[in-house]
Amino acid sequence: MSRIAIDEARCKGCLLCTTVCPVGILVQSPRFNQQGYKVAEVRPEDRDKCTGCTSCALICPDLAITVWRSKKPKGGA
Amino acid sequence: MSPAAVKDEILAFDRPEVVADRATHYCPGCHHGVAHRLVGELLTEMGLVDKTIMVTAIGCSVFLYNYLLLDAVEAPHGRAPAVATGVKRSRPDNFVFTYQGDGDLASIGLAEIVHCANRGERVSVVFVNNTVYGMTGGQMAPTTLIGQKTTTCPGGRCREREGMPIKMAEIIGGLGGTVFAARAALNNVKNIRQAKKFLKTAFEVQTKGLGFGFVELLSACPTNWKMSPVKANQRIETEMIPYFPLGIFKDLSGEGGVC
Ligand SMILES: Cc1ncc(C[n+]2csc(CCOP(=O)(O)OP(=O)(O)O)c2C)c(N)n1
Ligand code: SF4
Ligand code: SF4
Ligand code: SF4
Ligand SMILES: [Mg+2]
Repeated sequence: MSRIAIDEARCKGCLLCTTVCPVGILVQSPRFNQQGYKVAEVRPEDRDKCTGCTSCALICPDLAITVWRSKKPKGGA
Repeated sequence: MSPAAVKDEILAFDRPEVVADRATHYCPGCHHGVAHRLVGELLTEMGLVDKTIMVTAIGCSVFLYNYLLLDAVEAPHGRAPAVATGVKRSRPDNFVFTYQGDGDLASIGLAEIVHCANRGERVSVVFVNNTVYGMTGGQMAPTTLIGQKTTTCPGGRCREREGMPIKMAEIIGGLGGTVFAARAALNNVKNIRQAKKFLKTAFEVQTKGLGFGFVELLSACPTNWKMSPVKANQRIETEMIPYFPLGIFKDLSGEGGVC
């Protein structure tokens, strides 16, 4: 399963990541971080939809996103 | 979910080590962060980190040396190309680049950039054009668009009074010493990928000893544009790119340089 981790302390709530996700799972959370920014999140029920495309990480100006991509199963699944 | 690596997955995106693991002072949605990352990734991928001396400028990116873990010289406002000339001529084996805003490069530093390019100095220039003096509160820059309101043109920039916005990539592309001049934008993933490609070519013309490389990056300053970051990215598409076309304005990288 591909997945991302958002470093909430680094997120500035700019929401640019929410505009580029091909499966639309990045959204504004109800949480504020210590700097007072309302951070982005992937809701638990949407986590398995991530494709690992890295678009969100490429547009994030604050390097708040790390992406892991699942290896393609050998010989097809 | 734990960020630790799990079996059957690969790390697809992470911060390059040369980009400091610390919060920046930039506003939400500011594109300086994207430009820093692209430079950091390329220097890492090209194996240049230990050889690099960056010349930083005055503007919101004045603390660049806190964010890119490289040897650096801080130049007076607009003078980065002159300082880079001295650094590169005295240390020709080092990789030297400047990182400048549009107020710095196209206003107070116009003479330095033009002559540096014209002399064909073996340096690379990363030019962040956000159409305002960001650091000092959003005054009009030479690149401010017609009709754009700033603190020093509150009614909007007017052609009769202030002239047309300066197209730096085209001007630099027209100079004899330039080997590569291009313009990209940082407002979407496709354009960010193109920006990285252009920066790579600009860096390569230096590593191959061919001459001067220049990349203009259309960038957002949501704070001084008084827009949300998402709106600011849209403004780049609908207002900036139509006036500042993306693309390559000069490329002699395949022809062995200028002299
Ligand atoms: C000699 C001198 N003149 C004026 C200033 C004031 N000043 C600081 S930053 C700046 C403009 C910066 O604009 P830009 O280069 O576009 O950078 P940005 O902040 O937009 O990234 C000015 C005029 C200065 N620091 N030094
Ligand atoms: S990696 Fe791609 S699919 Fe996954 S959250 Fe980011 S943009 Fe969405
Ligand atoms: S792009 Fe980065 S800083 Fe902006 S909301 Fe998304 S994670 Fe946060
Ligand atoms: S004022 Fe503009 S250029 Fe400066 S940090 Fe804020 S958004 Fe970036
Ligand atoms: Mg500027």
